Amino acid sequence: MIEIKGLSKSYKQKKVLDISSLEIPKGQSFGLVGNNGAGKTTLFSLLLDLIQPTTGQVLNNDVPVQSSESWKSFTSAFIDESFLIGYLTPEEYFYFIGELRNQNKADVDRLLSGFEDFFNGEILGVKKYLRDLSKGNQKKVGIVATLIGSPEVIILDEPFANLDPTTQIRLKKILKTLQEERETTVLISSHDLMHVTEVCERIVVLEKGEIVKDIKTNPQTLRELETFFSGEILNVEA
Amino acid sequence: MLKLFLTLQWKSFIRSASFNKNLVFKILMGFAALYFIAVFSIMGAASYHIIEDQLQRNPLEVINEILIFYLVADLVMRYLLQKMPVVNIKPLLPLPFSKSRIVHFSLWKTVLSFFNIIHAFFFIPFTIVLLVEGYPPVQALAWLAMVAFLIYANNFINVFLNDVDAIFYTVLLIVAALGLLTFYGIVDISVYTAPAFMAVYEQPLWLIIPALICLSLYVIAFRYFKARLYLDAGLSAKQKEVHSEDLSWLDRFGSLSVFLKNDIKLIKRNKRSRTTVLMSLAFIFYGLLFFTGGIEVYEGPVWRIFAGLFVTGGFLFSFGQFVPSWDSSYYPLMMSQNIRYRDYLNSKWWLIVIATILTTVIASFYLYWGLEVYLAIVVSAIYNIGVNAHIVLWGGAYVKTPIDLTSNKKAFGDKQAFNAKTLLLTLPKLLLPLGLYAAGHYTQGPDLGYIFVALAGVLGFVFKEKVFDIITRVYKTEKYKTLHAYKQKN
Repeated sequence: MIEIKGLSKSYKQKKVLDISSLEIPKGQSFGLVGNNGAGKTTLFSLLLDLIQPTTGQVLNNDVPVQSSESWKSFTSAFIDESFLIGYLTPEEYFYFIGELRNQNKADVDRLLSGFEDFFNGEILGVKKYLRDLSKGNQKKVGIVATLIGSPEVIILDEPFANLDPTTQIRLKKILKTLQEERETTVLISSHDLMHVTEVCERIVVLEKGEIVKDIKTNPQTLRELETFFSGEILNVEA
Repeated sequence: MLKLFLTLQWKSFIRSASFNKNLVFKILMGFAALYFIAVFSIMGAASYHIIEDQLQRNPLEVINEILIFYLVADLVMRYLLQKMPVVNIKPLLPLPFSKSRIVHFSLWKTVLSFFNIIHAFFFIPFTIVLLVEGYPPVQALAWLAMVAFLIYANNFINVFLNDVDAIFYTVLLIVAALGLLTFYGIVDISVYTAPAFMAVYEQPLWLIIPALICLSLYVIAFRYFKARLYLDAGLSAKQKEVHSEDLSWLDRFGSLSVFLKNDIKLIKRNKRSRTTVLMSLAFIFYGLLFFTGGIEVYEGPVWRIFAGLFVTGGFLFSFGQFVPSWDSSYYPLMMSQNIRYRDYLNSKWWLIVIATILTTVIASFYLYWGLEVYLAIVVSAIYNIGVNAHIVLWGGAYVKTPIDLTSNKKAFGDKQAFNAKTLLLTLPKLLLPLGLYAAGHYTQGPDLGYIFVALAGVLGFVFKEKVFDIITRVYKTEKYKTLHAYKQKN
């Protein structure tokens, strides 16, 4: 589904991302972990053509992301608050995204009705603009909005951050359902190794812009990742 | 302690994003400031003689009559534009400062605000002229002090007025009604206020009253502010209950309707955009300067078109030139969603067209000054729709200043106004139609001039799709730079 070839991004000769090749097949749930500055958000921004690569290209369903725009119709993403429109109410925002993805109000309502649990009564009908919601609730809106119109690729940057424990568990359930249906390719980045090993079948570790690990998730994965990240710290100290 | 506050303030000033912009901008800003200072000073100094010559009355009396309206206008301006610097206060709260100190400091900081200082440039020259003309110094200075006290009274009223929209609008309504009544000579409130102001001049001891008013307003503002120095009170943004809006009647615009609906909400729900639209309404009256013959230099025939462009182009110039910055806070969303640039731009274009047509209809009161005058306005409207709407959207591609929708700061004079490319684009916006009209006017007469300008507008309209192709391409090439720039929040 997603194919990355010789992709790199440099700022003033400093390479922040350098991936010679990476392929993510359709339906895979893909986890991206790495410390701050490892290049996770840079990679996602490149996938969404929000920044220009220094070299290489990204193919999304065989569409070259940097030159065509037709990938937009089957891809959705939530990176940060800049994907929300602050002066809309949550409902208006969902309908707005729905209209962009050719879903009428009834379609959107049907989808939303499945997330009443997830919203926990704090999103729909609260009579507030998005900018006045708490960070966690904003995130809930952003995440659910990416599901509108059954996209084939969903990109979520740090979806677990700022969520309360109950919501984290519910989000994991949602992501697992997507994984079981095998229709949607889900890309997630996270600092939380436990969550990411639970919901992703494949985990890639980025360090200083390069892929240092590419693991098919198994019962030992969490342990392996923990050793890797703590080992890193030990190495620095040594 | 005060020194610490002051250094904080100084740093926040010199390190602010807008100040760090290029040197050219700083110089231009400096010139702009000097220009306003000069204009005010000259007005202050010259108004004495102008009033004396034109009205054959005592200038001080005339100023006293106007003063009440001047003060009200000042208050309205402040309400719309001057903000209390609450944001900077939050980090100070947990530090060992007494709350009173923080509040005193914040209030005193407003004393130095531009909104207060600017008046000095009018009233001080005016008072100097009074002294030169032989008015008794003590009395004239007492009068000046009174004006200063009243200006500062306004300053402190604004501190608590800022919070209560309802009160503000009622006051505004009452004052507007009184103003109209005065204008039509039915009731004249200045009959009551002018003698009060005059009394201070005649008996300087009365100065105690405005001084007390100012002082007590300071105390009220202080108490009001201090009582609200909590994160969930005065320092929090107000939250009103809001309702979702349908606006499905706009669906007839087809694929455009998605954006049109959004743009209308954008304008309605954000302070910055509301202010802009209100300002654009003020443009409608700009033509009065030209068509009533108030100012001699504007008598030349070419100026009719100039006036017409502004009368009908208020929305175009004030809202249009900031496209796409209005969407800056969620530009990454717009760029990764299933959106066609053409639809997005088309929606903005329609907004501009609708607003231009509306203002042209409202401006029909210019018919009072003759058909010729209104014709100039209609022709300019055609040019605005046909040509300027495109140019403004085109220029927008180079505009890279993010807009903070929720704050009114910098509603005037964003640095982008001095962007070299947008500056260049003002040539076809203003000079070309003036040139076209002049060409027609001086070869045959006003009619040919009007035809030329209107023809240019119609041509622009005919080639709209072609022009939109070019604009869309420009937006695409500028996309990454724009995204990057919008990330730099102030």
